[in-house]
Amino acid sequence: MSKIKYILGLFDDPDEMMDGIDKLKQNNFSVYDVYTPMPIHGIEAKLGVKRSRLPIVAFCCGITGTCTALTLMWYTLSYDWPMNIGGKPNFALPDFIPITFELTVLFCAFGMVGAFFFRNHFFPGRAPRVMELRATTDKFVIAIDANLNTNHQQIDDLLKEAGATEIKHNDRKYVSYE
Amino acid sequence: MSSHNESILREPLITGKNITYAKITDDVLWPVENKPNKAWWIGFIVAAMGASLWVVAVGYTFWNGIGSWGLNKTVGWAWDITGFVWWVGIGHAGTLISAVLLLFRQNWRNSINRSAEAMTIFAVICAATYVVSHMGRPWLAYWPLPLPNQFGSLWVNFNSPLVWDVFAISTYFSVSLVFWYVGLLPDIATIRDRATGLRRRIYSIMSFGWNGSVKTWQRFEIVSLVLAGVSTPLVLSVHTIVSMDFATSVIPGWHTTIFPPYFVAGAIFSGFAMVQTLLLITRKVLGLENYITMFHIESMNKIIVLTGSIVGVAYLTELFIAWYSGAEYEQYAFLNRISGPYWWAYAIMMTCNVVTPQLFWFEKIRTHIGISWILSIIVNVGMWFERFVIIVTSLHRDYLPSSWVMFYPTWVDISIFIGSIGLFFTLFLLFIRVLPSVAMAEVRLLVKSSSEQAKKKLIGEGKLKAEEAEHYKESLKKYDSVEQADYANI
Repeated sequence: MSKIKYILGLFDDPDEMMDGIDKLKQNNFSVYDVYTPMPIHGIEAKLGVKRSRLPIVAFCCGITGTCTALTLMWYTLSYDWPMNIGGKPNFALPDFIPITFELTVLFCAFGMVGAFFFRNHFFPGRAPRVMELRATTDKFVIAIDANLNTNHQQIDDLLKEAGATEIKHNDRKYVSYE
Repeated sequence: MSSHNESILREPLITGKNITYAKITDDVLWPVENKPNKAWWIGFIVAAMGASLWVVAVGYTFWNGIGSWGLNKTVGWAWDITGFVWWVGIGHAGTLISAVLLLFRQNWRNSINRSAEAMTIFAVICAATYVVSHMGRPWLAYWPLPLPNQFGSLWVNFNSPLVWDVFAISTYFSVSLVFWYVGLLPDIATIRDRATGLRRRIYSIMSFGWNGSVKTWQRFEIVSLVLAGVSTPLVLSVHTIVSMDFATSVIPGWHTTIFPPYFVAGAIFSGFAMVQTLLLITRKVLGLENYITMFHIESMNKIIVLTGSIVGVAYLTELFIAWYSGAEYEQYAFLNRISGPYWWAYAIMMTCNVVTPQLFWFEKIRTHIGISWILSIIVNVGMWFERFVIIVTSLHRDYLPSSWVMFYPTWVDISIFIGSIGLFFTLFLLFIRVLPSVAMAEVRLLVKSSSEQAKKKLIGEGKLKAEEAEHYKESLKKYDSVEQADYANI
């Protein structure tokens, strides 16, 4: 086994990078991941990445917010300490709509973003796991696991053929900062 | 796919030659990665002086109480609530740009959404300071929250619009902040990966470990979309609820059903005016003319003339309904606004909000940077007076003529207002120094489809209909950042 862990193909152009993915797939090479400075539409289908389920999380959190708001207002104004406010009913639903709506939005937004951070392991101070520093600026990077795909020469040729401007053979996974 | 060609009939959203992904990064990060220039320091010092004035005036209010303001027993609400509504309204444009225009897939939002959202957050901070300072006893600011308390858990009254407002503003602020920060993550990662030493450490902490993999981007896009979806009704609800602070009372001039839509239109109107005021200077000082183009300026001016007209219709409807209602007190409230001792405030409001924005119907005016800037300031002034008219002139002559008074602001009122503007600009100037003022990742999406160079290449290939190419060249004439000579021969 060689010491090379990952092969990176660096592209200047997103379309050439997509071309590179196609070429690798046709030759039965697996792509580990792709790092880009902007979202690439249509890449999920190409790499077989499943649809995100975050909208479901958002919906569930939103409903939780709705229920929380209504329960809170029912508990405080109708159950725990009912008061006569201008002769109105204690559970005055039309009056409760604004706060119910606000809490729905609040729970939905925070729940969804929380789930997004949790699933991506995002938190303040997390050491960034970056394979190529320029991938957040102007390079579109295809990363290939060198141990699973052993014909390195052919990978290099395919990437070059697709228009890669630079090919790297890295013997460590992430570019360490220190 | 990023490679489809956009219709040539659409105006470009990025101008300039040799725009590459790297150049966008360099251009946008220039103010972040370099020492600030003189213009920034002058602006910052002036703004910081304003912010200090704010600290002094608010501190004085806390020490001496609300009595240090010009309020009296008839006019119990004046500049504080005027300033509050003004700032909240200004905040609305940021969410409108980032959320509503995202849902409508208006790509021109990509280069202005970041700074507009920042503006939203700072404006809501300014508004929140008014809320806290006009409580009089800010250490009891937790009272509107539904917390069990020492009075045997007497709860807050959820039927009260003021309690709704607490929920609306705090939700709006926190959701806007989250939306803004999530959008910032990829751009903070860009700064991190270009920096060294301490800067890298700081931006590394702030970037939450963003790496730009396929799954991160996929989740990022869906989170942005859903946040836009929930922020859109949220932004409409916030100013609706602000207007209900007034509309659910029984004061003549406030107790009207037109208030929610009228306030929301006014909020968008004033917000876009403030975005225009800020961006016309920002694009010049930071050299972002290629990203914030004449198309953006003109589009915002079109929104200003639309919402300004809606506001104008609302003013006239109010007058008509006051007359048509036959309610004596309502009629007098409006008669007093127009011809009472505060007629000048009403006249300023009408002129600045309804008359002068109509000038934007002329293409020459809405594509003229200097005039656009002045008109945007006029709108800001007019919208401040709108709130002043609604609040003070409705209150100062109440049901009992013996208690009719005028409102005279004290130096504390004036200082808090001027100070809040200083606070706003201090925060904004700090923002453009430490964070990218244009959403780089989103602007990169436009390079291959909507940029001037991509369209020029299309014309050069000669596959387009001649009249369409001609139409496109005609539309470029208004741009100040396009080299017109380049189009003479193609």
